Amino acid sequence: MRGILQHVQTWAERRLPALTRYRRPESLPIELHRRRIYIVPTGFGLGFSVLLLVMMVGALNYTNNAALLLTCLLGAASAASMLVAFRSLDGLRLAHVRAGHAIAGEPIELTLALESRRCRHAIRVDLGHDSTAFAIDATGVTLVVLHLPTLRRGWQPLPRLRLWSSWPLGLFRAWSWLHPEQSVLVWPRPEIAGPPPHAAADDARHMRLHLGDELAALRDYRAGDPQRHIAWKASARHINLLVKDFEQPQNRPNWQLDWRQLPGLDEEARIARLARWLGEAQAQRRNYSLWLPDKQIASGSGPLHYAHCMSALAQLP
Amino acid sequence: MIALPSRKARVESPIDTRAFDLLGLTMALVLGLHAAHLPWWLGIALALTLGWRWWQRRRHIGRVPRWLKLPLLVLLTLAVIAHYGNIFGREPGTALAIGLLVLKLLETESARDVRVGVSFACFALMAALLFDQGLIVTVTVALGLLPALATLRALEPAQAQVTLQRSLLPGLGLLAAALPLALLGFLLVPRLSSPLWGAPSPRDARTGLSDNMSPGDFTDLLIDDHPAMRVSFEGAPPPPDQRYFRAYVMWDYDGSRWKYVDIVNREPVELQASRTVGYQVSMEPTHQYVLPMLDVPLDAPANAGLRQDRVVMADKPVNDLLAYAGRSAIQYRLQPELGIGMRQRGLSLPAGFNPRTLALGQSWRQRHGTDDAAIVQAALALFHNGGFRYTLSPAPLGRDAMDDFLFDTREGFCEQYSSAFTVLMRAAGIPSRVVTGYQGGYWNTLGKYLLVRYSDAHAWSEVWLSGRGWVRVDPTGAVRPQRVSLGAAAAADGQLPWYENGWLQSLRNRWDIVNRWWGQGVIGFDALRQRGLLTPFGIRDADTATLGVLLAISCVLFIAVGLGWALLRRQVRDPLRTALRELEHKLARMGIVRRPSEGPQHYLSRAARALPGQRDELALLMKCYLELRYAHDEPPPESLHDFQRAVRDFRTARMVK
Repeated sequence: MRGILQHVQTWAERRLPALTRYRRPESLPIELHRRRIYIVPTGFGLGFSVLLLVMMVGALNYTNNAALLLTCLLGAASAASMLVAFRSLDGLRLAHVRAGHAIAGEPIELTLALESRRCRHAIRVDLGHDSTAFAIDATGVTLVVLHLPTLRRGWQPLPRLRLWSSWPLGLFRAWSWLHPEQSVLVWPRPEIAGPPPHAAADDARHMRLHLGDELAALRDYRAGDPQRHIAWKASARHINLLVKDFEQPQNRPNWQLDWRQLPGLDEEARIARLARWLGEAQAQRRNYSLWLPDKQIASGSGPLHYAHCMSALAQLP
Repeated sequence: MIALPSRKARVESPIDTRAFDLLGLTMALVLGLHAAHLPWWLGIALALTLGWRWWQRRRHIGRVPRWLKLPLLVLLTLAVIAHYGNIFGREPGTALAIGLLVLKLLETESARDVRVGVSFACFALMAALLFDQGLIVTVTVALGLLPALATLRALEPAQAQVTLQRSLLPGLGLLAAALPLALLGFLLVPRLSSPLWGAPSPRDARTGLSDNMSPGDFTDLLIDDHPAMRVSFEGAPPPPDQRYFRAYVMWDYDGSRWKYVDIVNREPVELQASRTVGYQVSMEPTHQYVLPMLDVPLDAPANAGLRQDRVVMADKPVNDLLAYAGRSAIQYRLQPELGIGMRQRGLSLPAGFNPRTLALGQSWRQRHGTDDAAIVQAALALFHNGGFRYTLSPAPLGRDAMDDFLFDTREGFCEQYSSAFTVLMRAAGIPSRVVTGYQGGYWNTLGKYLLVRYSDAHAWSEVWLSGRGWVRVDPTGAVRPQRVSLGAAAAADGQLPWYENGWLQSLRNRWDIVNRWWGQGVIGFDALRQRGLLTPFGIRDADTATLGVLLAISCVLFIAVGLGWALLRRQVRDPLRTALRELEHKLARMGIVRRPSEGPQHYLSRAARALPGQRDELALLMKCYLELRYAHDEPPPESLHDFQRAVRDFRTARMVK
């Protein structure tokens, strides 16, 4: 059954592009409106209408007008719930989608910003196999987090999302497809193990913690501080003695990570190795620079630098 | 879009407490509505099961184990069979359904279970109306939909948390919004002219009068204060002591019981009417044929026949609220000439019963000679002066019932009096018969109708007097005149249940007008009235097809109104944005179209470059716009106005090449 349905769906997308045009990627923001919201009764809705039919025939057969009135009331309420279901999607706006960072093979976190001018309840977003329910309160904006599985590095277009709701009674399902014209960048997966980068050998001397020459801060005097470190001038303006605190920035050698240092490997293997080195450098809080055929990134450190380098790797052809 | 949303393999997660509580509430309400006609032990057992399950799930979420569930199911079925004999029919079927509904709660853990439970509960709510479709029950049942709808809402994910009471309110709004369409559907859904299957099973409704009478039969009827019929008159209602509604005329007496014999093909006897009254009756279902008519009817209503003694019998049993119109004589001469056969029938008495009564009758004949009226007076005087007492709980009578009553117990109500009187008259040689029906009723001044209750059931006599025909004589009136002038409740004098006395009864009498509106407007809206529904619009006889078309048209209209509501969007007016749009339109005509990703500054600079002739103007507009948009939270009205005017005045001059 599922197979047939999917078959019909693919056929319809191919042969009836007019009907399915909203599946094509479109730019954000996307606002839902009547031309792209679809409603069908749920299985429960179908069952319930059969029940209503039975109740109506029973009431008519026994000429029981009170029961007929009750059945009509229930039927009319069900019909009204269809409009409520439609209204819970109508006017909803997908403002933007923010992607997190993820390496290939791991799910990437997407944050959807959905806006509305009124309160809405029980709307669900489906993306692949991930599904989340959300409500929008009077503030008008809600952020929904979804996870998108990734396969390989590079730009990955967003698949289409389904927004749907069976609010309020679960009798009807209103849904709309959204296909934002946006891609997310997936970082390359680092190799699991391999040689360290070909860099200046680590000097044990550099690894030792020691007091440096650079004045870092002033602090309160503690017993045992050497006299020559006391900041006399500053202490004169204070109640306590202040001591100059010196430190030496961790003096690990820079890593110059270079595409050209990895001959004999194919491209993906080079990228995977560079990605691993970047990860290690980041973990060891080193400064590192990256040379790529189409991009050179100067030495630096910190998460932003790491993200910059990884993104550059990811975008390699 | 063709594709249906694919159904995911849904993990059956347990429902939250709110949904479960609401479902429990729904079921408790269903149980309460049905409690009146379930056997008491079943009602209590089900209520306990419901309460236990609720308590049990509070402590531990999970289904009740199967080894407990199955025996309960079997036990329920056996209990229903043991009590009713089978599981088919209205009462056993309902009892079983309610039991299953409560047992369903034992295994309710997933959303699917809840939905099944709610559907079933809706059906059970409707079933409550098969027993009683009065206004109060119907409104209660409609309110019972609220927890059912709230349960369905509670199944939806991600919604604001509210209290249990507040969660019921949205359902009320939905029902209120649905009411117009529901009423329309109610008016226009074509009624069946004949049932699709089986005749409705006889309900345990009140049977009202029976076609035979034995002294003491009425006791149950006389304390039953359910409405029997409502009568509205053309013109003023007859005075209280003339409100006699004849139902059965009984000739045959076997010593203990008077019987009505229905003889179909005889002409009604002659009636010389001198004063007549027209009236409409709305009669509660009795499942019998007889239609009580005021005094002596001139003719039978539609679908009914007039019998020899001017008793009216309907062609079908009255299984639903029935409306009929009649015209009756209240001053008349009925059957001035009595044939010899009928005379003998009106004098016959069973042999070997009531010797003392017969002797008394014969003694009167000897004393008064041929003066029949004097004999009647003698009998009435006996009842009035002979130490007789009116009571609804008389002492039982033996084989010679009339002897016992007249000479021994001397207490009773209309049945004893009319019966004894008739026997006395026959013994004295005056043709006479017993008539049963209703007498009295409550005149509702607001609704201008007479409410007749079952407790107004009455029995009296008719004697045939030469030259006057059949004359009504009410011997009960001789004993207790209040019975005739003030009604049954006044006569009973403290022998009725507490709720049928005093101010409460008068309140109930007044409230009855609402029941009447309900009865006439909703319950009595049958196929016939539906066909006449469109008469004001020129369609004399609306058949099923017309009704169907009308129903479709009005549904479409309602859907249009609903869609209008659904599509309604409150636009937030942003005058600045509107003004910029106008400018964009003007520039677009010159071929400078704003790109989706383009900000206003970039766009207007581009436009200024493209239209060198209006560079200054555009630069000024851009500056204005940016200032209005970004320099203030709320743009000052004057500057906004200036900007709007500037945009309006902006003319795209032809480009000079």
